[in-house]
Amino acid sequence: MRKNGSKQRANGALNGASDSARSSAPVVQVRDATVVYPGGNVGLDGVSLAIDRGEFAFLVGPTGCGKSTFIRLLMKEVELSRGELRIAGRDLAELPRNKVPKLRRNIGVVFQDYKLLPNRTIYDNVAYCLQVIGESRSAIREKVPEVLRLVGLSTKLGAYPDELSGGEQQRVSLARAFVNHPPLLLADEPTGNLDPETSIGIMQLLYRMNQTGTTLIIATHDNEMVDRMRKRVIQLEQGRVVRDERAGRYRIGTSSGRFVRAHGEPVGSRDSGQ
Amino acid sequence: MKPGFFLKEALRALRRNAAPSLAAFATILITTLVLGVFIPVVRAATAKTNEVRNKIELEVYIHDDATNAEVTALGEKIRAIPHVEQTQFISKDQALKILRSRLGAERQAIVEDLPGNPLPRSYRIKLDDPDNVGLVKNALQPAGADGKPKPISSAIDEVVDREDDTNKILSATSTIKIMLAALAALLVLASILLVANTIRLSVFARRREFEVMKLVGATNWFIRWPFVIEGLIVGIFGGLVAVGLIWLAKETVIDRLTDRFALIAAPQTIRFTLLVALLLAAATAVSAIGSGLTLRRFLRV
Repeated sequence: MRKNGSKQRANGALNGASDSARSSAPVVQVRDATVVYPGGNVGLDGVSLAIDRGEFAFLVGPTGCGKSTFIRLLMKEVELSRGELRIAGRDLAELPRNKVPKLRRNIGVVFQDYKLLPNRTIYDNVAYCLQVIGESRSAIREKVPEVLRLVGLSTKLGAYPDELSGGEQQRVSLARAFVNHPPLLLADEPTGNLDPETSIGIMQLLYRMNQTGTTLIIATHDNEMVDRMRKRVIQLEQGRVVRDERAGRYRIGTSSGRFVRAHGEPVGSRDSGQ
Repeated sequence: MKPGFFLKEALRALRRNAAPSLAAFATILITTLVLGVFIPVVRAATAKTNEVRNKIELEVYIHDDATNAEVTALGEKIRAIPHVEQTQFISKDQALKILRSRLGAERQAIVEDLPGNPLPRSYRIKLDDPDNVGLVKNALQPAGADGKPKPISSAIDEVVDREDDTNKILSATSTIKIMLAALAALLVLASILLVANTIRLSVFARRREFEVMKLVGATNWFIRWPFVIEGLIVGIFGGLVAVGLIWLAKETVIDRLTDRFALIAAPQTIRFTLLVALLLAAATAVSAIGSGLTLRRFLRV
């Protein structure tokens, strides 16, 4: 009983929306999103865009352009100073504080600095995510080794994070983000500190996850990866969207501002119809 | 709520963070030990000062020409005054006997030379609280129309409270009482701060861990319960060891001394079982509640 109940609750925030009239709502929809940090730094400045269910989107741009802020915003780790953010049609500003954990359980996140629990083994790190949502012990015993095998770490279940290389920790972080099969997966520089070969492995994993229906938003500097995948590219600069195109590349020769108007799909226009 | 899971999490944290756990344990142990020694000492000292204060009494001297009926009536009146706990009638003979005993053997001659017995009869009044000495004195001889004290009975010759002694005793004992109270308050405050600081350090060392737990969707209580249980375990063990040491000290040192020297047998100190219960409860509660509260600041992610 308890198990079923918690499962339903966990899925309610994102999946539940698909059953309702909001089924057509994009997974992520921001309008005029502005984030100003307490020190006065502007993280995001009037960003408007929508990301649909099952999409695979890259966020690119120089450091400090607002990529991480955007990801933290979706997790409700930072609050909007102005504008609106809807996840699966639900306004995040109206989400009470005590519902935030439920939101986060439906968003898998791969952190730039991995954010693994140092006092737990790899197995327990991944299992913690399932314990949080009240998954039964037998289900945990089944799912954790499976997802760790998927990221190629089935031989290191008992290792602690500090015994692993950066790439391995990154893959643990990925396994943890994916073990719940979240409808939305965010990755902040998932290949940031990795050699090209490992990066390709990680990207292949992400691609496979996307194939199973997970919406992916990936902040990255990895131009090779972006160019190879040919997915949607959203370029940020100083907190603004300067380019948003389907099947885009990491870099473009012309001034980015004009490119948007010429070739990109301005996302704001999609919203105006609703 | 899954108590089994939370308990396991708490035990894992204790094992994996052995150093901070040990520090918290030692802090609880030492503060409990200090409090456990200090509380009986304060209690004994308070009891002793109270004993001294209880020696304060009033004496009502009676005119020699008052009749027995008047004297009895006066006794009734005195007993009716609020704050009077006990009265004792001292006859002329008894008064002389007391004087003799005070003078000692070699000065008995002074008494022998007296023409008859010049000592008056008197009532000795014990008060419920020494601080009320002024009230009772006023009740015995309220201020008359001319502002001068007017005794409530014509039988009263004089009301004596040995003013100098009384004032000295009152001021000295109240100073001691205030100092003891301040010392106790300081010690309790220091204990709480010390424990709070240790817990804060332990939380601070793991703040990243709590942040990560929040980011993967753990609720506050999901993180807090294991931590509170951890505090509970540390508190119970620290308290138990401290109480054990106090008991050992009591058995091996204090009790043996008490057998030999009556002086050490504190007349009115706290009961040992009560002390133990108090210390254990305080150690556990402070540790567990402190852990839960300190965590709050780090859960706002």
